[in-house]
Amino acid sequence: MADFVVIAPALILLLASGVVLFVAISGPGTLRPVVLGALVIAGVFALAQGAGGQNAEAFGGAVRVDAFSVFFAVLIVAATIAVILGGSEWIESRAQRGEVYGLMLASAGAMLLLTQSNDLIMIFVALETTSIAQFILAGIARDARSSEAGLKYLLTGSVSAAVLLYGFAFLFGLSGSTSLQGIAAYVAAAPEGGRLALLFAFALVAAGFGFKMAIVPFHAWAPDVYQGAPTVVTSFLSVASKAAGFAIVLRVFYVGLGGGDSYIANDWAIMFGVLAALSMTFGNLAALMQTDVKRLLGYSSIAQAGNIAVGLAAVAAGSTNGASGVLFFLGTYAATNLGAFVCVMAVSQRIGSDQIRDYAGLARRSPWLAGILTLCLLSLTGIPPTAGFLAKIYIFNSAIQASGASEFTSNLGAQMVGAPPFVANLVDGVVERWLVLVVVVAVLNTAISAFYYLRWARTMILDEPPETSALRVPAGVQGVVAVAAFGVVLFGLAPTPLITAAQHAAAALH
Amino acid sequence: MTFEELKPFIVPGLPHYLALSGQVFAIGILIALSKRNAIAVLMGVELMLNATNLAFLAFTRFVPQAQGTPALAGHVFVVFILTVAAAEAAVALAMAVLVYRRRETVDLDRLNLLRW
Repeated sequence: MADFVVIAPALILLLASGVVLFVAISGPGTLRPVVLGALVIAGVFALAQGAGGQNAEAFGGAVRVDAFSVFFAVLIVAATIAVILGGSEWIESRAQRGEVYGLMLASAGAMLLLTQSNDLIMIFVALETTSIAQFILAGIARDARSSEAGLKYLLTGSVSAAVLLYGFAFLFGLSGSTSLQGIAAYVAAAPEGGRLALLFAFALVAAGFGFKMAIVPFHAWAPDVYQGAPTVVTSFLSVASKAAGFAIVLRVFYVGLGGGDSYIANDWAIMFGVLAALSMTFGNLAALMQTDVKRLLGYSSIAQAGNIAVGLAAVAAGSTNGASGVLFFLGTYAATNLGAFVCVMAVSQRIGSDQIRDYAGLARRSPWLAGILTLCLLSLTGIPPTAGFLAKIYIFNSAIQASGASEFTSNLGAQMVGAPPFVANLVDGVVERWLVLVVVVAVLNTAISAFYYLRWARTMILDEPPETSALRVPAGVQGVVAVAAFGVVLFGLAPTPLITAAQHAAAALH
Repeated sequence: MTFEELKPFIVPGLPHYLALSGQVFAIGILIALSKRNAIAVLMGVELMLNATNLAFLAFTRFVPQAQGTPALAGHVFVVFILTVAAAEAAVALAMAVLVYRRRETVDLDRLNLLRW
C-alpha cells in the first residue's frame, strides 16, 4: 500500500483519465471540473511530497520520488492545467472532448511516472504510455492534416522506441541489471573492455530519448506534428513532453552513468555538444523560412532543445550547475512557450488562419494578446529583462565553467609536425575548450533566431490589419496568458526562487 | 570428437543469439526507414522489437545477473515489450485506417500536406 502512496500523484491522474473516459462514453456531463480537480489534487500531493523533504522509493526501487521528480511533477501538472484552461474553448467544442481530456491526463500521469522511474522497465513503460497517448492526441482532430501528423508521429515514435529498447537490451546485457543503480555500479567499475559496447548502448538510448527531446537528427517529426496537430495538443507536446524527455535523460545520465565523473562522460559531453550545435543551427535556419506560426514554433522548439542540450553537455563535462541550468531553462521555457501557444490558439481560432501574414496589425485588434505574444517572443529570443535571457545566460555560463573544469586534454597540437608552437598551442587551447565553441555557436544562433521572432512581432505591431474589428477573448484565456506573461517577467526579474528550486532538485540526483 | 569439443559449434550460445538479433534488428530498421507504405514501416518496427526481445532473452539466459536484480528481470521486460507493442500496433492500425479514409492512401510520400 505504501508503494501506491508514493506514486499517488501519477495514480490520481491515471485513474481520473479512466473516470473521464467512462463518463464521456456514458453520456454528456461536465468533465472539465473533474479534470482540473484531479490535476490540482495531484499537484498538491506532489508538492506535499516535496515539502516532506525525504526521498521515497517504491516497487523495489523501480520508482523514486525525490526533489528532482517533484520539480518536474509540479512543472508538468502546471503546464497541463494551463493547456486545458487555455484550450478549453477548442476542447469543449469538440465531440471528442472526453478523449482529449482522458488522453491528456493519461499522458501527464505517465510523464510523472517517467520522471520518477529508476529502472529500465519502468522508464520504457512510462515513456510508451505518454507517447501512445500523444500519438492519438496528435490525430484527434481527424481531419487530413491532423491524421497525417498523428501517423507520422506514431511511426517515428515507434521506430525510436525500438532503437531505445535495443540500447536498453545491451545495457541490461552488460550490467546484468535493469535498475539504474545496477548500471551505475557496472559503469563505476570502469571496464575498459566494455567501453565500446557501453558507448554503443548509450548512443542507442540517446537516439530514443532524442526523439522525445526533439533534437537533431531525431527531430524530423517535430515540425510536421506541431503544424498538423491541434494547437492544444501542440502546446502540450512542446512543454510537458519535452520537459519529461529532458528529465529522464538527466536521471539516466546522473544515476545510471555516475554523472560527470564517469569514464565515458567525455564521450557523452562531446556527443551532446555536437547534437546541441546541430539542433540550434538547423532549427534556427529552418525557422527563418517559415510562414506558418505553428511550424515556426516547431522549428523554434528544435532550436531551444539545442540550447538545453548545451546544458546536458556541460553536465557531462563536469559542470556543477549544468543540471540546475537545464531545470531552470525548462521552467522558464514552459512559461514562455505556454504563453505563446495559448495566444496563438486564441488568435488563430478567431482569424481562422495560422499564417504569420494574417497576424498583421494584431496589436490594434487585440493589444492584450499581441503584447503578451511579443513578450513571449522576446523571451524565446533571449532579450532582457525576460526569463529567456537569464535562462540562456545561466546555461551558457555553466558550459563555460565546465570547459575550464574539464580534464580533457588535447594532444592534437603535438601531432602537428612542423607547425609553429603558437599554432599548436592555439589548436590545443581550442580543442580543450571546445564547449566554449558550442557556446559561441549558441550565441550566433540567438542572433539568427532574433530575426524570425522579431519579424513576427513586427508584423503584429507595425503592419496594417486587414480588418479592424476587435478580437474578443474569454476571460479564462486572458487569465492564462496573463499568468504565463507574469511568469516570464517574474523569472526574468526575480529568478532566485526558481533557481533555488532547480538547484535543490538537481542536488537530489547526486 | 567428443560432444564437449563440438558443443560450441552445435549448441548456440550468446554470440549466436546476439548475431541473429542484430541481423533481425538491422533488417527491421532498414525496412522501417526505406519502405514508403505505413503498414510496411510498422512491420519493420515489429521486427526491431522482436530482435530486442531476443537480445533480452539471450542476455537473461547467459549473463549472470547483478546483485540485487530480481530473477527473470529480462523475461519480465520482454512481457512488457510484447504488451506495449500490441498497444502500439492497435493505435497504429487505427491511425492508418483513419488516414486511409481521409486520403485514400497510406503511402508516406503522398502524405505531404505537412512539408516545409
